[in-house]
Amino acid sequence: MGRSTTAKEAEALVQSLRSAYSATPTNLKIIDFYIAFAVVTALIQVVYMAIVGSFPFNSFLSGLLSCVGTAVLAVCLRIQVNKENKEFKDLPPERAFADFVLCNLVLHLVIMNFLG
Amino acid sequence: MALEDKQEKAVRHAFGNVLSFFVLLLIGVFAFSIRLFSVIKYESVIHEFDPYFNYRVTQYLTKNGVYDFWNWFDDRTWYPLGRVIGGTIYPGLTLTAGTIWWILNFFNIPLSVETVCVFTAPIFSAFSSWAAYLLTKEVKGVGAGLTAAAVLAMVPSYISRSVAGSYDNEAVAIFALIFTFYLYVKTLNTGSLFYATLNALAYFYMVCSWGGYTFIINLIPMHVFLCIITGRYSSRLYIAYAPLVVLGTLLAALVPVVGFNAVMTSEHFASFLVFIILHVVAFAYYLKGILTPKMFKVAVTLVVSVGMIVCVAVLAILIAVVASSPTKGWSGRSLSLLDPTYASKYIPIIASVSEHQPPTWPSYFMDINVLAFLVPAGIIACFFPLSDASSFAVLYIVTSVYFSGVMVRLMLVLAPAACIMSGIALSEAFDVFARSIKLQFPIAKQTDDASAEDSSQVSTNNGVKPASEKTEDTLKERPSRKSKKKEKEKEKSKSTSVTKQIKKKLLILPFEASLVAIVLLVLLGSFYVVHSVWAAAEAYSAPSIVLTSRSHDGLHVFDDFREAYSWLSHNTDVDDKVASWWDYGYQTTAMANRTVIVDNNTWNNTHIATVGTAMSSPEKAAWDIFNSLDVKYVLVVFGGLVGYPSDDINKFLWMVRIGGGVFPHIREPDYLRDGQYRIDSQATPTMLNCLMYKLSYYRFVETDGKGFDRVRHTEIGKKYFKLTHFEEVFTTHHWMVRIYKLKPAKNRIRGKTKKFKSKTSTGRSNQKRSTRATRKNPYP
Repeated sequence: MGRSTTAKEAEALVQSLRSAYSATPTNLKIIDFYIAFAVVTALIQVVYMAIVGSFPFNSFLSGLLSCVGTAVLAVCLRIQVNKENKEFKDLPPERAFADFVLCNLVLHLVIMNFLG
Repeated sequence: MALEDKQEKAVRHAFGNVLSFFVLLLIGVFAFSIRLFSVIKYESVIHEFDPYFNYRVTQYLTKNGVYDFWNWFDDRTWYPLGRVIGGTIYPGLTLTAGTIWWILNFFNIPLSVETVCVFTAPIFSAFSSWAAYLLTKEVKGVGAGLTAAAVLAMVPSYISRSVAGSYDNEAVAIFALIFTFYLYVKTLNTGSLFYATLNALAYFYMVCSWGGYTFIINLIPMHVFLCIITGRYSSRLYIAYAPLVVLGTLLAALVPVVGFNAVMTSEHFASFLVFIILHVVAFAYYLKGILTPKMFKVAVTLVVSVGMIVCVAVLAILIAVVASSPTKGWSGRSLSLLDPTYASKYIPIIASVSEHQPPTWPSYFMDINVLAFLVPAGIIACFFPLSDASSFAVLYIVTSVYFSGVMVRLMLVLAPAACIMSGIALSEAFDVFARSIKLQFPIAKQTDDASAEDSSQVSTNNGVKPASEKTEDTLKERPSRKSKKKEKEKEKSKSTSVTKQIKKKLLILPFEASLVAIVLLVLLGSFYVVHSVWAAAEAYSAPSIVLTSRSHDGLHVFDDFREAYSWLSHNTDVDDKVASWWDYGYQTTAMANRTVIVDNNTWNNTHIATVGTAMSSPEKAAWDIFNSLDVKYVLVVFGGLVGYPSDDINKFLWMVRIGGGVFPHIREPDYLRDGQYRIDSQATPTMLNCLMYKLSYYRFVETDGKGFDRVRHTEIGKKYFKLTHFEEVFTTHHWMVRIYKLKPAKNRIRGKTKKFKSKTSTGRSNQKRSTRATRKNPYP
C-alpha cells in the first residue's frame, strides 16, 4: 500500500512539475535549454575523459569548466531576466544580457589561454 | 518648499561628496607618508631578506622582458639544482612593479628599478585605505567607511610589512585582499553580474600576489554556507558566488605556481562543496516557487530520501580518496595553520622561521593598539541591523583572529578586519553622541521643528556624514535653516512626526555626557595616532641590512652586510659558489651576485640539511661536503663582538636539528651540555670542534685578549686554534660577517701515520681529533 501511494504521489509530482514548467515564458525556456545543453556537453566530456584518460589535464579542465561556467552564467542571466523576480525588476534585460556576454567573454578568454 | 528642500538636500549631498573626496585624498597621502620613515632615517634601500629576491627578479624582468622572465631557469641559486623561477614565484608583485617602471619610463620619467621597488608598498597602502573605505561603505555607510580608511592608513601591523623598502608580496596582496572582498560584498548587495566578473578578476590578482589567497577561497564559501543555513539565501547570493568559483578556479589554475593545485588540494575543496550545496539549495527554492505547497512537500520527502543515499555515497568516496594521502590533501603550511603543533613535530624548517611563531599578548596591543577593544563594539554594531554584508564582516574578523593567534605573520590579515570593525564602532558611537547633542542643542527653540527636521534630517544624515568629527560643523548650519522653516513646517509636521520624536528622544543621552564622550573619543583616536606614528618611526622602519646603535659618542652605523657582499662581488670570480645558512641566500645572489647553495625559498629540505650537517661537522668532514658541492667560499655571520643577537651561533641549533632530521649521525644532544646550549669552557667537544664554532671564533681572542662573547655573555671555550682546511679571507669591520675560503686539496698524500698528526695542528683539540679520527686523513 505504501509503495502505490508513493508511486501515485511521484506521478502527481511529475504532472504538477510539467504543468508548472509549461507555464514559464518562452525566453526563459530557451535559456533553460541552453543550460541543459551545456550540462550535457560537460557530462559527455567527463565520460570521454573516463574512457580515454586525463592526460592533457589542463585541456580537460578548461573544456569542463567552460561548459560549467557558461551554464552558471546562463542561470545568472535567467535569474536576472525572470519577471517574477522582485529583486531585479529595475534591471533592464538588455543590461543583464550585456553582463552575461561580458562575463562569457572573460571566461572564454581564460579558457583559450588555458587550453594549451 | 519641496523644491527648496530638494535643492538644499542636493547642496548638502554635493558638499558631503566633495568633503569625503578630500578626506580620502588626505588619507591616501597620510598612508603614503607615514611609511617613509626608513627612507628619511636611513636611505632608500631594500630591507630584510625576501625583498632582495623580489628585487632581483624585478631587475631581470625589466631588463629581459616578460617572456624571458616567465621561462627563467635560475642557475645562480640552489647549486647544483637551480630553481625554476617562472613556476615557483607568485608573480603579482614583480609584474606590478615592472609595469609601473615601464609606464614611468614610457613617459621618460627616469626612476630606477630600485626606487620603484622601494616605493611600491607605500603607494599600495594608500590604495588599500581607499579599498577599505569602499568595503566599509558597503557594509555600513560613508561615515564608517572614512573612519575605517583613516584607521587602516596607520595601523602598525600593516605598516610593519609595507614600509618603504619592504618590497614583499604582502605589499600588494593586502590591497588585492580588501579589494576582492569589496567587490564580493558589492555583488552581494547589488546582484550585478558585472561586479561578479570584476570580483573574479580581483581574485585572480590576489592569487598572483600571495599564497594567502587560500584565505579568500575558504572564507567566501564559509560565508555563503552561513547565509544558506541562517535562511538568508537569495538569488544575489547565487550570482555573487557561483561565477566566482568557476572563473576563480580557472584563473587560479592559470598561475603556474598554483597550477592544478587549484582543483586537487584540500584547500580548494570547501569552495567546490559549497558550490554543490548552493546549487541544491537554489534548485530547491526554484521548485518551491513553481510548485504548490502540497506538491512541494511531496517532492521534498521523495527527494530527501533518495538524495541522502546519493550524498552519503559520494561523501564516502571523497573521504576515502582524501584520507588515502598522508597529509589528507593539505599542504604542510596549511596544516600547520590548522594544527599549530604540526610544524614543530614534522617540519622543522617551517617551525624555525620566527614569523611562524604564535604571537604574544603584547604584540596585539603593539600591532593593532586601540582597535583591540573597539573590535567587540564593532561586532555588536554589525548586528543592528544584520545584513549579508555585515555578517561577512563578522565572519572575517572571527576567522582572522583565530589565524592571527596561530602565526605572528598573519596579524597582517587581522589588521584590515580590525580596522573595518573599529571604523564601524567609532562611526556608530559618534552617530549616537552627535545626534544627542544636535537634538538638545537648540533646547529653547523648538520641539516641533526638531521633529520636522528629524524626518528630513534622518534621511540626509546618512548621506551627509562625510567625517564623523565634522558633524559638529553641520550642527551650526541647522539652527539658521530651522529658524527659516519654523513657521512653514509647524502645522504640517506635528501629527506625523510626534511618534518619530518620541522614538528619537528615547535614544538621546544627556547633553554634557555626550559632549564629554565625543571629546574622549577624539582623545582615544589621538592616542592611537601617536602610537602608530611612534611604531612606524621607531619599531618598524629598520632595514635589517643596516644596523644602528646609539652610544655616548653618537650614532654608530653597522653596514657590515653590504661591506661583505661588496667584497664578494669585487674579489671573487663570477662563477664562485658561496655557502652560508639559508637566511642570507637571497641577499647574496642579489647584492654580491654569486651563486649560492641554499636560499630563503627553503624548498629542498635535504639540500639545507646538507649545509646544516656541514656546519655541524668537524673541519675535515665539512670540507668534504663543501668540496662535493663545488663551494669556494663559506660565509658566517657572527655577532659576538658587537652584541648582534641574530647571528649564526644563535641559529646553530636549528642547523643541527634540520641536519639531524636527514643525516642521523648528527645528534642534537651531542652539542648540549646537560641539555643546555653553551659555547664556553663547559661546552661539549663536538660543539667546540664543529665548523660553525671554528669559523665564528677563529682569532676572536685577539680582539680583547679574553674572547668574551657579547651575545652569549661568556668567554669562549676554545680560544687558540688554527684552521686546517679553511683560510680566512675577509672579516668585516665589526666582525659581523666572516668569509672563509676552502683550501685546495694537497697534491702529495702523506703517509698513513696517525701519530704524526700532532705536529701539524696545535691546541688541545688535536688530542681529541687524533683519537676521534677513524679514517685516514690524506689531506693534513
